[in-house]
Amino acid sequence: MIQLEKLTKYYGSFCAVDDVTLHVPKGALYGFLGPNGAGKTTTLRMIAGILRPTSGRVLIGGDDVIASPLPAKARLGFIPDRPFVYEKLTGAEFLRFVAGLYGQDGQVVERRIDELLEIFELTAWKNELVESYSHGMRQKLIISSALIHRPEVIVVDEPMVGLDPRAARLLKDLFRKFVARGGTVLMSTHTIEIAEALCDRIAIIQGGKIVAAGTMRELKAQTASGDIGLEELFLRLTGGPAEKELAAVLEDGA
Amino acid sequence: MLSVVGLIFWAAVFGVLFRVLRYFKGVEEIGALLAAKLLSLALLSFVSVLLLSNVITALSSFFLARDLDLLVSSPVDWMRIYLAKLGETLLHSSWMVALMAVPIFAAYGVVYKAGILFPLVAAGSFLPFLVLPAVAGSAATLILVNVFPARRTRDLLSIIALGAGAGIIILFRIIRPEQLARPEGFRNLLDFITVLRTPTSPLLPNEWVTKSVMGYLGGKMDWLPLYLLWTTGGAAVVLGAFLHGRLYHTGFTRAQEGAERFVRGGLWGWTLGWLLKPLGAARREFVLKDLKLFFRDTTQWSQLILLAALLLVYLFNIKALPLFRGEQVPFYLRSVVSFLNLALAGFVLASIAARFIFPAVSLEGRQMWLLRSSPLELKALVWSKYWVGTLPLLVLALAITILTNVILRASPFMMAVGIGTIVLLTLAISALALTFGALYPQFETENAAQIPTSFGGLVFMMTTIALLALVIVIESVPVYRYLRAAFNDEPLVISPLMIAAFLLVIGVCVAATVVPLRIALRKIEQFEF
Repeated sequence: MIQLEKLTKYYGSFCAVDDVTLHVPKGALYGFLGPNGAGKTTTLRMIAGILRPTSGRVLIGGDDVIASPLPAKARLGFIPDRPFVYEKLTGAEFLRFVAGLYGQDGQVVERRIDELLEIFELTAWKNELVESYSHGMRQKLIISSALIHRPEVIVVDEPMVGLDPRAARLLKDLFRKFVARGGTVLMSTHTIEIAEALCDRIAIIQGGKIVAAGTMRELKAQTASGDIGLEELFLRLTGGPAEKELAAVLEDGA
Repeated sequence: MLSVVGLIFWAAVFGVLFRVLRYFKGVEEIGALLAAKLLSLALLSFVSVLLLSNVITALSSFFLARDLDLLVSSPVDWMRIYLAKLGETLLHSSWMVALMAVPIFAAYGVVYKAGILFPLVAAGSFLPFLVLPAVAGSAATLILVNVFPARRTRDLLSIIALGAGAGIIILFRIIRPEQLARPEGFRNLLDFITVLRTPTSPLLPNEWVTKSVMGYLGGKMDWLPLYLLWTTGGAAVVLGAFLHGRLYHTGFTRAQEGAERFVRGGLWGWTLGWLLKPLGAARREFVLKDLKLFFRDTTQWSQLILLAALLLVYLFNIKALPLFRGEQVPFYLRSVVSFLNLALAGFVLASIAARFIFPAVSLEGRQMWLLRSSPLELKALVWSKYWVGTLPLLVLALAITILTNVILRASPFMMAVGIGTIVLLTLAISALALTFGALYPQFETENAAQIPTSFGGLVFMMTTIALLALVIVIESVPVYRYLRAAFNDEPLVISPLMIAAFLLVIGVCVAATVVPLRIALRKIEQFEF
């Protein structure tokens, strides 16, 4: 459903994403793991069509995001890591606006707005300006906006940041049901437990390159690891913690 | 570029003041009194500007700045925070006034041949003069925030400030200060001197600065005003610190409260939403969104108050022109005014476009992730931004042109030329504003009112002035022919040259509309977030 072909992105002379090729099949919940600055957000923003790749291409449902953006983007719901929303719109107005961007309006949209706000417990805030929303509420609103047009693919950057445990659980259930009904989710996360519990397949990115990809079983086989958890696997692939330095930082210097 | 414009401005202020002061100096008896009165009045206007800008700046620096969470939670003495924030407020609100004061003091120094120590005396008097409104403004803000939530206070203040500004502009124009310059306004010289000798108020700091500076320039240095300035400045900081110690904590806590706004917004949907239905869902929602954001942001819509005042003054000025007094003023003079008025109207429209259309792209910055990841065509974005800005501007442009031409009793030919040109110019000015806004975006600015004062805003204004000049020059050819025919009482013959000139104006304006919009679209397509 999502196809990355030799995707590369340079910021000046810095290579943020280096020749990444990845296939996210339809109906999969795909985890995208990597340390800070590994290139996760850049990759996801290229998939969403926000950043233009330096080279390579992104296909969503067979449509190139750059060459034929409208059909590609119509299939997509994007949830960014930072919830920037129009502060002077109400929650309902924001969702109506997003539906409009996807060419949808009328009673169907109004019903959908009520439905989503109720699921995310925002009904009481429906007519409040977004400027009075908390970080978590904004995140919930953005998740609702990504679902308003019934996308086929959800690309989500750090979905659990700022969510309360109840909303985090709701989102996990939502993603599972979405995938069970044939939808596709590509999710970047720092939280290894979430990736391990939720994802069918995982790709690990380090220094802009995919260092491993596949199911948990395939990842273990690739790294010739025994019966270890994803955290250990991740640390092995991405360099591991500098325990010595950590100890030095925590010492009182006496 | 900015520094060149600044230097030209400095030189202009210095030049005008230099001439005025040299003239004053030559006037027997009252020359020095006039110079002192002028300085005192200039400083009084500085006090009012400083008070207002300090109140507004203090609100940001003491209560809304992003570094406050870190500062308040760190083990820093409150007194240090007060002094640092007071310094920040003073700098941000007074730098422009301080820069403005340089050519003024320089002119006084040069005309009175004050010597090399004069800058020290001027700076020594002016510095405590800046401190006083900073402390007063910060204290006023502190009290206001303890009464209203900070965000509501900001809204309130911006409306009050702009309302006050608009009121002052209208009042100043309507009292017609040019009439005060007439000598018959005063019964005799003695009355005039009495008025000059009376200080505005002996307790206002502008009088102290004036006395200190003029005393030095007159060769009799009076130390009391300088002493008063420094001691009052010091005392004000101590009092301000005391007030800060007492009220800041509760004020800061209140500042965390939201503006608590509950909006239904149904009216928009029912009225405009219905009207805009033919545009399709995406464009309609985009236009509606832009209008809602504009009218809900006090910093944006409140500028309309100032705009209304400026327009009133504009029309008043045209009406006040001495064209209909005494003998009948020739028809061609009114036609020339009507024609040149196009350039002035164009300049007014460019200033308005700089305020409202130039920031349009910058204001989308943080939400660009949404627009770029949705199947919205960027063409639709540019289209919406362009027409949302252009239509009100067009209404305004037509209103200005038609009203001024009616006031001037312009001929049908001049009216037609005026209307046609202003429509074309408005379309081009809007396109230029949108494009320069896209070429020089300011995505991180929170206050939309600050965006037009950027470098891009300046470039936009300069480009627009060049366009206005070009159009006026080209159109002067047919207008001159028309006026010559009218002057000689000959019938107007539309020559190929006249048609070519009008066609050229159409071509220039259409090119200045279409090419920039294409550039804007290409630039927006290249934005990366």
